[in-house]
Amino acid sequence: MHEGSSALALVLGGDPALYAIVALSLVVSVSATLLAAVVGLPLGALLALVRFPGRTFIVVIVNAFMGLPPVVVGLAVYLLLSRSGPLGTLGLLFTPKAMVIAQALLVMPILAALTRQTIEDLWAEYRDELTAMRIGPLARVMTLLWDARFSLTTTMLAGFGRAAAEVGTVMIVGGNIDGFTRTMTTAIALETSKGDLPLALGLGLILISLIVLVNAAAWGVRRAGEIRAG
Amino acid sequence: MRPPVSDLPLVFDGVSALARDVTLVRGVSLQVDAGAPTVLVGPNGAGKSTLIRLAMGLVAPTSGRITWGGRAETDGQRRAMVFQRPVMLRRSVAGNIGYALHAGGIARAARRERVADLLAQAGLAHLAGRPARRLSGGEQQRLALARALARDPEVLFLDEPTASLDPAATKAVEDILRAIAQSGVKLVMATHDLGQARRLAGEIVFMLRGSVREQSGAERFFTAPATPEGAAFIRGDLVI
Repeated sequence: MHEGSSALALVLGGDPALYAIVALSLVVSVSATLLAAVVGLPLGALLALVRFPGRTFIVVIVNAFMGLPPVVVGLAVYLLLSRSGPLGTLGLLFTPKAMVIAQALLVMPILAALTRQTIEDLWAEYRDELTAMRIGPLARVMTLLWDARFSLTTTMLAGFGRAAAEVGTVMIVGGNIDGFTRTMTTAIALETSKGDLPLALGLGLILISLIVLVNAAAWGVRRAGEIRAG
Repeated sequence: MRPPVSDLPLVFDGVSALARDVTLVRGVSLQVDAGAPTVLVGPNGAGKSTLIRLAMGLVAPTSGRITWGGRAETDGQRRAMVFQRPVMLRRSVAGNIGYALHAGGIARAARRERVADLLAQAGLAHLAGRPARRLSGGEQQRLALARALARDPEVLFLDEPTASLDPAATKAVEDILRAIAQSGVKLVMATHDLGQARRLAGEIVFMLRGSVREQSGAERFFTAPATPEGAAFIRGDLVI
């Protein structure tokens, strides 16, 4: 009980260090989700609409990668960005940018796999109509992505949820540096190991509240859109 | 401005189509000319829908040849189709028509007026802002007609357009079809509803088991069918 009330006091107390951690976490997770969407959404649409040799193999891999272990992704990105790695000269390791890249890699297969399924289902419904209207391949993709926008909102939320709740990847490539790469999840892990349970709990409360808030807002937008567009 | 080159006559020359070793249509030779509506009749499984889908390029022939105005290849921009259960895009009623106009290359400035015209023609002006997927079956079919007309087609194919509708909605669709036909658009429609064929057809194509058995003027087909199967079909007998 004592930890709980201390946690609440910390959350409501307006500690700038705590809010800096929250802000960084949000920036990293939202950026990673958007970056993953730039690749994942078109890739999902491509896998849904284009038949080519090896497609089934790629679909299986993308689906399997939805369950990628975060620490493995962290390790791979660490090796890429470390000073002796192929991208070491960029100097990105232990920076928020490295965390965005790592989280984007983690989220991208989720977005691609769920987008593929959504677009494939919608294409089965739209195929004859769009073909009869002589809609070209690129316009088809744009039409399907637009008409699937409400389902894809949920897909994006799933990606954001994965990014926001993730700890292993950002710990490895970010280094959990105080005031620079410390996020809510890495701070929770650190404070718990140090025995500072009120701070860990407080951050946990904020993290859950944010995820609920983002999902509620997205649900509201989706519902309003569905009522308007059908 | 030169008038666009006509896509008619539409000619099927010995066309067959198979799907997974099942013959859908077999050796169909048929010519469809401009003029009064051509209605394909026949029992379920006769190949009516397949013939329309072949014409629209939704199914590829396994043998034979289809030509349009004497040409094997055209851009197909002056053909449109309405399905038995049309797919409504996840947009408003006006948005569905706007989409078709955009796809047909109509400039944004001209779209608003054209959308209003087409909605009025389909009797849907009062529903312009409503989500298309929330319309009734009859309203959706009228919207599908308006959307097809947005392409300014020379030929409009219809695959059992009123099969899922009640009589009032069927009448509303048929009234629009008559107006479309009178405006000079060639209608080619599949139906298993003989009453509808009598009401709308100028020409009848009677199909059975994937083949064309008769092609004649509607009045002649209904008064003096050329085949015993055609006569049996008109009597309402089961034709197998």
